[in-house]
Amino acid sequence: MATDTAGTAQPTLVLVGHGMVGQRFLEAAAERGLTGTHRVVVLCEEPRPAYDRVHLTSYFSGTTPDELSMTDPEFIDKHGIELYVGDPAVVVDRDARVVHARSGLKVAYDTLVLATGSYPFVPPVPGKDATGCFVYRTIEDLYAIEDYAKNNATVGAVVGGGLLGLEAAGALQGLGLATHIVEFAPRLMPVQVDEGGGAALLKTISDMKIDVHTGVGTQEIVTDDASGAVRGMKLSDGSELATDLVVFSAGVRPRDQLARDMGLSVGERGGITVDERCRTSDPDVFAIGECALAADGRVYGLVAPGYEMALTAAAAIAEESTEASFTGADLSTKLKLLGVDVASFGDAHGATAGCLDVVYSDSRSGTYKKLVIGSEGELLGGILVGDAEAYGTLRALTGTVPPVAPEALVLPAGAGAPAQLGPDALPADAVICSCHNVTKGEICEHTSLPEVKKCTKAGTGCGSCVKLIGQLLPKSGDGGLCGCFGHTRQELYEIVRVKRVTAFAQLLDEHGREAARGGEGCEICKPAVGSIIASLAPSIGADGYVLDGEQAALQDTNDHFLANLQKNGSYSVVPRIPGGEITPDKLIVIGEVARDFGLYTKITGGQRIDLFGARVDQLPMIWTRLVDAGFESGHAYGKSLRTVKSCVGQTWCRYGVQDSVRMAIDLELRYRGLRSPHKLKSAVSGCARECAEAQSKDFGVIATANGWNLYVGGNGGMTPRHADLLAQDLSDAELIRLIDRFLMFYIRTADRLERTAAWLDRIDGGLDHVRDVVVHDSLGICDELEALMRAHVAHYRDEWAETLDDPERLSRFVSFVNAPDTPDPTVRFVPERDQIKPELPLIPLEGLAVR
Amino acid sequence: MTIAPEKTTVMVQLGLDDAWLSVCELDRLTPGRGVAALLPDGRQAAVFLDRAGRVHAVDNTDPFTGAAVLSRGLLGSALGRPFVASPLLKQRFDLETGRCLDDDTVSVRAYAVRAAQA
Repeated sequence: MATDTAGTAQPTLVLVGHGMVGQRFLEAAAERGLTGTHRVVVLCEEPRPAYDRVHLTSYFSGTTPDELSMTDPEFIDKHGIELYVGDPAVVVDRDARVVHARSGLKVAYDTLVLATGSYPFVPPVPGKDATGCFVYRTIEDLYAIEDYAKNNATVGAVVGGGLLGLEAAGALQGLGLATHIVEFAPRLMPVQVDEGGGAALLKTISDMKIDVHTGVGTQEIVTDDASGAVRGMKLSDGSELATDLVVFSAGVRPRDQLARDMGLSVGERGGITVDERCRTSDPDVFAIGECALAADGRVYGLVAPGYEMALTAAAAIAEESTEASFTGADLSTKLKLLGVDVASFGDAHGATAGCLDVVYSDSRSGTYKKLVIGSEGELLGGILVGDAEAYGTLRALTGTVPPVAPEALVLPAGAGAPAQLGPDALPADAVICSCHNVTKGEICEHTSLPEVKKCTKAGTGCGSCVKLIGQLLPKSGDGGLCGCFGHTRQELYEIVRVKRVTAFAQLLDEHGREAARGGEGCEICKPAVGSIIASLAPSIGADGYVLDGEQAALQDTNDHFLANLQKNGSYSVVPRIPGGEITPDKLIVIGEVARDFGLYTKITGGQRIDLFGARVDQLPMIWTRLVDAGFESGHAYGKSLRTVKSCVGQTWCRYGVQDSVRMAIDLELRYRGLRSPHKLKSAVSGCARECAEAQSKDFGVIATANGWNLYVGGNGGMTPRHADLLAQDLSDAELIRLIDRFLMFYIRTADRLERTAAWLDRIDGGLDHVRDVVVHDSLGICDELEALMRAHVAHYRDEWAETLDDPERLSRFVSFVNAPDTPDPTVRFVPERDQIKPELPLIPLEGLAVR
Repeated sequence: MTIAPEKTTVMVQLGLDDAWLSVCELDRLTPGRGVAALLPDGRQAAVFLDRAGRVHAVDNTDPFTGAAVLSRGLLGSALGRPFVASPLLKQRFDLETGRCLDDDTVSVRAYAVRAAQA
């Protein structure tokens, strides 16, 4: 094949390696106009372009490889970048200045950038290559581990108790394996934490039923004579550990082989030698990221220094006059490993002469915090285990004398800590996002998180600073619900609950904004308060029936007519089909009703049937037929529980491990009619294959061999979010109790129209806080939450059956108050695909403002 | 045979071009909500009762969607003036003038309305 020199007019820039750092380099190159002046060619070894390796483990909690991707095809296209995926560079001929790729492709370069990353270090022990031995570095590694674990393993061991080792252990446990960690050092995470931190970590991780073996080395992988597969490992203390699978996660080494073959200078212990501008010993060749031995003599295995090198190299190639240089980096890290926060920053191990420690340690809760203080009282660094809440603030304060005494920064709230240091105390030049080196001052120029992310890239690296950024941004408005109430929904909920307010007018007149008292309220607060009163109805002595009394005037039209208003003024009707299970007879009734009333029918995403095109005056007749056949309201119109979707489960499916249909029916019948800040969706899957898509629901349940896993805060829609695992291996009763608490806590604390996903992301402390409250009862309110749910369940009534029984209530279902027998002539339909569709009047819609 | 005492009914009446049209008894209205009334010329009116006992009426057709649904919107007030929010896309209309509060270029017809003994 001829050397590919297309576009010889332009110099060619070749990037070898398309990982996170490689991608960051491309972005930096584009920002500096290099993609315009150069032909840019990228050789990527892995079968997929750059993805988020930092969050690799999230694959096991449901993040897909697509979601991990960091490569926007539009970006690649727009900048004319030639990206060759699955085609690594194999040889570089420096004399001819040509890169040879595995496919035979040859690319002539003017400038070459090596971003080849690192490879997992596998200790040279006998048996290390046996079937069942893996490393933990790429998505392909994860696939291989997952595949092998499912079919061949019940016990797994991770060699290495560092950062990646703990991640790998979490993954193995998530795959259902009994999990061991073997660490040669006397503690876990020896690089990041000291002895005290290691002890706190050990306590928490042992509590998770992961067996930790520290201070022992791996001497041999023992294999089965017949199959050659792993069956155990021999340890340096003479013991033997039985295991079916081994993951080596004992550190990484720079991938510098290509550079060595090219004759570039490399360090004694590996790493391509570069100068402060990331140039190798060949001035036309740069090296960035984990493959490079930086000017300070270190190889950095973190993404933030890699990004900084990417920027440095791009600036050098663009011949920017600004002296961007890389002379070393802060090794601060904050991680959540196996649910434990671990952070270290600055001089974490107290290497500075004359420094002193302030330590807080509580081994009962697995919390350990150490600050290293210099002789002048300045904060030099620290270690946080179990509670890394203060990480962002502390890291930003590093190098300065903190405005409060250091002990106040580590003591838990309420334990004599005089003040919690907020982000307000940070100086403007404090670095908030260390991945992208963004300061507080730069962040404070913006007003929203999306804007900050877009303009500064802050918060788009490891994400650990997102919370702090949120605290720095201005709060919108005064936080009040609407023009009528200065209180938030949560505050109104508390007022209604404590004062037992059962009437909207009373609430408005006593607690509304001055100017709004005595008024009507508005379309925002009326349904919100109606929902609060309905949720609390049995406990505050209000009528839970949403059509009665003053409450009737609070409901949106959908709740008022117990049906969903469609664009031409007709309604749709959704009978409840719990769990999606329905008898043929009932199915026939739905079909007959739809046929007799000429309704358009469609299967919904929630495993039920939507009947469209009913006029308001037809609703009672339609529901009379449905209620007679045993149907009840599906609450498709309410901010309330919609459906609990299910897969067919253990009863029929050869993979199922629990009866998902029964559980879905139980849950749907328990929570039907529950009014909440927004709609609630749920699903139950009978096995980990997750056919019911429970992880996209507000609360989702997935069967395990031992019970049920509960996921919360999932969402589809405009901003999809995978649900977070709240608790594992629950019995039926434990599951229901936890959902009771979770839902009632959500109803109590969420904003109006705030789905659980947004709520979990917004609420202080996030998932951990919610778990503390609903699992560990940290606020002591669980009894009350359960009692509220019991009251809801006991007082549930079918709104449609009640409506049909009451002529007073039925009287509103008329077309015209003065001509009840005349159907609304403006509700018209035309045929489409053998059914009906609305015939709409011609109204020009463009330019109309929609609030 | 007993004769039932005469009951006085208060009717809601809309002011059309030249006459008052009775649409329903005042009792039929729920404060904070509306009803639809069919007018002799085929148009529709949305009739509301507010907390203070005042009756309001505007055309029932939502100008943004063309659907006759304003009677099913929620009544509210802003700066002491009552409005209805369309149940479809939530634009608000002043009940006294018919003016859309969210788009100056749009309005609906407002009807004179009274509660009168019949």
